[in-house]
Amino acid sequence: MRFTLNGVPRDLATHPAARLLDVLREECGLTGTKEGCGEGECGACTVLIDGAAVCSCIIPAAQVEGAEVTTIEGLGTDHPLARAFMDEVGAQCGICTPGMIMAAVTLGPRPSLEKVRTGLAGNLCRCTGYEAIYRAIRKPPVAL
Amino acid sequence: MAVPQSPSPISQTPAVGRSVPRKDGLGKATGETRYADDLVFPGMLHGRTIRSTIPCGTIRDIRLEFDPAGFTMVDWRDIPGRNVVALLTEDQPCLVEREVRHAAEPVLLLAHENRETLLGAEVRIDYEPRSPLFDPELSAQSFKNILIEKGDLSDGFAKAHVVVEGTYRTGHQEHVYIEPNGIIAVPEDGGITVYGSIQCPYYVHKALVTLLGGAVTRVRVVQTETGGGFGGKEEYPSMLAGHASLLALKAGRPVKIVYDRVEDMQATTKRHPSIVRHRTGLSKDGRLVAMDVEVILDAGAYVTLSPVVLSRGAIHAAGPYRCPNTRIAARAMFTNTPPNGAFRGFGAPQTEFAIEVHMERIAETLGMDSARLRERNALRPGDTTATGQRLGEDCSARQVLREAIRKSGYRRKRKAFAGTDRGIGLSLYYHGSGFTGSGELKLASRASVELTATGVRILTSSTEIGQGTRTMHAQIVADALGIPYEQVDVAQPDTSVVPDSGPTVASRTCMIVGGILERAAREMRERLDGMPPMEYFGHYGPMTVTGQYQQPDWIRWDEEAYRGDAYATYGWGCDVAEVELDRDTWEVRPRRLTVVTDVGKAIHPALATGQIEGGTAQGIGYALLEHVTMRDGLMANAQLTNYIIPTTLDTPRIDVVLLENPYPGGPSGAKGLGELPMDGPAPALVNAIRQLGLDIRTLPALPEAIMEAACASP
Repeated sequence: MRFTLNGVPRDLATHPAARLLDVLREECGLTGTKEGCGEGECGACTVLIDGAAVCSCIIPAAQVEGAEVTTIEGLGTDHPLARAFMDEVGAQCGICTPGMIMAAVTLGPRPSLEKVRTGLAGNLCRCTGYEAIYRAIRKPPVAL
Repeated sequence: MAVPQSPSPISQTPAVGRSVPRKDGLGKATGETRYADDLVFPGMLHGRTIRSTIPCGTIRDIRLEFDPAGFTMVDWRDIPGRNVVALLTEDQPCLVEREVRHAAEPVLLLAHENRETLLGAEVRIDYEPRSPLFDPELSAQSFKNILIEKGDLSDGFAKAHVVVEGTYRTGHQEHVYIEPNGIIAVPEDGGITVYGSIQCPYYVHKALVTLLGGAVTRVRVVQTETGGGFGGKEEYPSMLAGHASLLALKAGRPVKIVYDRVEDMQATTKRHPSIVRHRTGLSKDGRLVAMDVEVILDAGAYVTLSPVVLSRGAIHAAGPYRCPNTRIAARAMFTNTPPNGAFRGFGAPQTEFAIEVHMERIAETLGMDSARLRERNALRPGDTTATGQRLGEDCSARQVLREAIRKSGYRRKRKAFAGTDRGIGLSLYYHGSGFTGSGELKLASRASVELTATGVRILTSSTEIGQGTRTMHAQIVADALGIPYEQVDVAQPDTSVVPDSGPTVASRTCMIVGGILERAAREMRERLDGMPPMEYFGHYGPMTVTGQYQQPDWIRWDEEAYRGDAYATYGWGCDVAEVELDRDTWEVRPRRLTVVTDVGKAIHPALATGQIEGGTAQGIGYALLEHVTMRDGLMANAQLTNYIIPTTLDTPRIDVVLLENPYPGGPSGAKGLGELPMDGPAPALVNAIRQLGLDIRTLPALPEAIMEAACASP
């Protein structure tokens, strides 16, 4: 299976029905993508496929053939959203945070509160009540 | 030991009271932080638990319907020590021998290096079934009875102008930490090391020592980064760590067990369902003169922490009110369901829901404004609680009530919403900080500060489970030492490194353990005598100062009579909930919650606000969405598809106000905070629904219940 992972071409001999989540975590060693429910409800395993946010726990590996996959590791350590989550305490226990950030990057700059609430409706957080996550995502980007 | 009062020459801008960067913020936001399931050890096997499929009966036969080659198998006969999960009472086996007391009870353990092969293994268990007991009111077996008495109840009722009665019920609630339970056991140097998602490393340590007996020379427990707890990782990890350790010892290889969501929901603890009955006498002018309260908790099949959950529930059952004549009779009853256990609030959300909806009904009976009724009866400094505790100046019931009414525009909205599909309601609540009574004295918690080449390091078994333990402890220690926050490091809880600071529960991590650390750091500052820590370390080498809990000398508690100072202090809160009813779907949509809390001192305002926002969201779920459906003693909706926790679209705007009425015994005046916000939302929301003319006395208030109430109302 050939695909692009965080900008790097990969060719893996993986079972076509393997969950993309397991391929990323176990074959590619990218453990930033988390499993919370295994049925596409909680969004902790959110990654981007060709720019769209999807739950990697319900995506068979075969489906990303030829596609561009981006995980939290692909954003690097200096991404403005990571900084904003840090500054606004958008992460408490942190297990939903990578998925939350991957969903948030699809919302574009300075999204409205309504857009954020709708865009993150598939990402569960049990710690924050979401308010600090809104504050982080809606924060104006700061020049690094 | 004298505490230096004068600032030393190395003092800095205080860290306490500022929202400094979280110690663990960036690792979590970049995905670099490793949780239990992210860890891999050489030669590691995967473990799996075979569980009972009936709620009550005797095992007749276990048949393996797979080729056992390559598998490691463990049953109760492989346990080298005692077959118990050691906690309060040693009644719960780690693995069933013959008697099954609940569905999903662990019977047999399997391990294999290939996860798919492991999951494909089929085991058949034959039983002699017996008829199960699911109704706590029909149960003859009580795990704990508590009686709290104050004044003369019959005298109080004799003086009452009105008597109001009511029964209130709450269901199970599932924690839904987003990271399911997970443990890895690694055989090392004749001993066993356990890594995992754990709230209380020393609870796990104690359980493993009991279970493994002399088979190991050393037990070490390391908490890995933990993806939420809320009480759900207080007692159950002891069971899971036992399972992983038994498999690892037998296989001689590391074994990882990570539950999937279904297993986590079916097998692990939940919030206790409750039935609370109130009979309350009032004077003509609306003063409480007699309160008779009965509390029944459904404990499930084993004791676990039910006696202490019952204790906290009972102590809070009369609400934050003054009443001269009170009786609270509480019991925790055996049933054939998986044991219920610790969950944020620990019995108080159940009993405070009951009293706060009851107060609303009392106000209706008296024809009195319910906020005024609360104002008239709210505890104030100098009053005594149901246990006879005389409250000091750190009692803030009336302040939070007044501020919540003002901030939310309660009175104006109450008028404006009358006759519409919108409603507004409030709740007044409190929550005791730390262990009950003499519990903290018995725990005798310890915590240390040690010098390092770069500053100091905190050694405590208090775990970071999202609430901000590392950050908040580092702030307290930085200020006590007069050094920058950045120079304070925090050790990962590892029982081979950190002292036993007690469990990370009961809203005690800041007030109690933070207080111990503050005193240890002050002592270190005195010994440093003005020298910066790194310089001292360079000249003289290591230094460690360990502090131990010192109980304030005024605390008196009689465990037998349930009289005295139940908690050193209380956090206080008032919630105002605004809702809107959809008369087509009978859904109640929360529109805004105003939450006013007195936390003593917000060590880190952003973390404190986050705790309150998050606890409020859990309370909203408890009130309106979260319904555990039990079928034959097993959770039937054990998945996130149909056990619904609040999403972004279910969670309204939450306005948080932090009041700071200090408790002199807490670090910088801080009180307990973590559990407090769980107590208020459910009654505030149900009282808002009452303004719509809908009589709800049971949680959760699902659309079905709202529709039934609408059909029943005139």
